Formats: sequence, C-alpha cells, structure tokens
Amino acid sequence: MRYIEPHAHMVSRVTDDYERMALAGCEVVCEPAFWAGFDRSAAEGFFDYFSQLTAHEPKRAAKFGIKHFCWLCINSKEAEDVKLAEEVIALVPLFLERPNVLGIGEIGLNKNSRNEMRVLEMQVELAAARDQLILVHTPHLEDKLKGTRLILDVLKNDRRIKPERVIIDHVEEHTVEMVLNSGMWAGMTLYPETKCTPSRAIDILELYGNERLWLNSACDWGISDPLAVPKTAVEMKRRGHLATAIEKVIFENPKMFLGQSEHFAATLRS
Amino acid sequence: MTREQVLDLYFLDARHKLIEIAAFLDRVERADGKDDFRIEAFRTALGKLAPADGHVRPTVSEGAGNHRAKDVLLAFSDHSIEPVEKAPGKGAVGAV
Repeated sequence: MRYIEPHAHMVSRVTDDYERMALAGCEVVCEPAFWAGFDRSAAEGFFDYFSQLTAHEPKRAAKFGIKHFCWLCINSKEAEDVKLAEEVIALVPLFLERPNVLGIGEIGLNKNSRNEMRVLEMQVELAAARDQLILVHTPHLEDKLKGTRLILDVLKNDRRIKPERVIIDHVEEHTVEMVLNSGMWAGMTLYPETKCTPSRAIDILELYGNERLWLNSACDWGISDPLAVPKTAVEMKRRGHLATAIEKVIFENPKMFLGQSEHFAATLRS
Repeated sequence: MTREQVLDLYFLDARHKLIEIAAFLDRVERADGKDDFRIEAFRTALGKLAPADGHVRPTVSEGAGNHRAKDVLLAFSDHSIEPVEKAPGKGAVGAV
C-alpha cells in the first residue's frame, strides 16, 4: 500500500517515525509551517524554521526514501502580534522558489480574533499575488464552526483565489459540507480527542463521496500518530472498501491536489 | 455494509465509550461544586443522541436523516459571527 501524508509536523517527530512511515508505505510527506508550542520571539526564529523546513527536513526524509515538501507561513496562534507577523510574511517570498515548497500554509484562525483575521488576509494576499496553493488550518473544538465560516468568506472575497487550489484542513461533520460546497478541498485530520477518528472520517467519505477529500495525521509534538493514515486505510478495508477506492483517498487525491504545485509536479517527473 | 456488519465491527467499541460517558457523568455529579458551561453543553449535546420520545429512529430510507455527530458538534460550537477583539489565550476548551 502506498500513501501520501499531506500534513505532518516532522520537525517535532523523531527519526524513528520516518522509518515507521516508510515501512507503512509513505512515499511523500508534506509539512506545513506551524506553532512550535511556544511563541517565537523574533522574525529570525522563523527564518531558521523555514530553513529547517526547506533544507534539513528533506534530507532527513530522504534517508528513508520519502520525498518531503513543505508549506510556509506564520500560523494563527502567533498572529496576535501583527507587527511580528508582517516581518515574517516579508520573509516567506525568500523561500518560495526552494524546490520543496508547495505554497502558503497552514494559515487560518485560532480564536477567531481581529488580529488573526488581519494576518490571514495578509497571507491570502501573498498567496494570490504569487499564485500559490493555500493550506488552511481551521480552529479547534468550539471555535471551528465560526472560524471555518470566517475563513471561507475571506477566501471567497478574493476573486484571484481559485477554490480548487485551496485545501481547508481539519474538517469535521459540521464543516465538511460548507467546504465542499465552496469548491475547495477538504482535509480530515486523524488526531486524538480534538479532531476526527478513522471511523468518522470513513463515515464522511461514505456520505459525501471521495472527491476533493483527503486524510492526514497532522502528527506533531502532541500525542498523535504518524501512522494514522495507513491505519485508517486498514479500517476502510475492514469496511469493505475496494483497494482502488482506498488508494484514491490516500494517494491519488493528495497527488491530484499537490500536483497543482510546479515543485511537486517537477519532483514526481524526476 | 449491512447493519449487522456495522454492529459486528463497532458495537463493542461504542459500548465501551457509552460506559465511559456514563462513568464521567457519575464522576461529575459525585464531585462537590457547581456545574459550569462545559457540563451544561455536554448535557445539551447528549440530548442530540436520542429523541425525547424514546422512539428508535427509522432508517435513512424512511427519511430520518442521520446526523447525530454533526448535531453534537454544533451543540458544542460558537455560533457567533463577528471576530473577537482579542484572542483570549491560545487554547480551546470544547464548549461555549
């Protein structure tokens, strides 16, 4: 079984996880820029982080035959400091031409504040101006419904943004329909307690079909499982889904979306 | 899958989770103190699982709809539409 892990924070995972993922059939891992668990004190910290995502992590992944791609941004948890956010956003273009960069992400909202909205809008502007793919983080728990609506409004209000080039991640049963109806892609995150479970994700696939939907683990420094995607594939098999249908969700769908990135397409061609 | 196959695959896991919820409610009520918004929201969400009249839901083909998970998530969600002035911390708590 081969699969693409479209959302994993590998900087926070040990190298053993790369080995386990490779053994489970992972061919590609995509890593959005995220919150490290603490607030970085200056833009220089982000410069080093972007360097880690674009230079160091690909080498770590390559040791296990896994291709590593990344997304760049300032995440919503660090967006209350708008001045810092502006400095970080100014750094992003310095890295966009690196061969493993997919686009701008994971941008979004956390507590749905005005400053978070401003920073989201700035990054959408950057993505639109540079014709970049967008990966969106939707808020946790009680904030997800409101945040998803606010985010969709921002994206829909910019006519330069093509919905098929946007993936709205961490959807659940109360947000998946509005995302799919917008023409954007929807990501289901298999993360303990705060997001989807394998069985619920498969329920969503069975209710909404398997177009413009993908699975991811979003494994990070919290309690999370880098093998959540292949484990969900096994559960799909237990439910009687055909191998071709499973491969569509865990490999072909991510490949289709990510293939819109010239860097991703070029790597697959080589 | 048939209904029997769904039950074969998921009944024991769901049974375990239901007992955990029951034990959680017992634990909350044994503890001293007042209810807060979280347990009030939890009881509201719990009500989305079963209809008040106790009737078993008809099948989807009979036009019942099938959206308890969505209803529970909505019961825990913030339905306001304006951004807040300032983020009150970073974490989410699970209810409003």
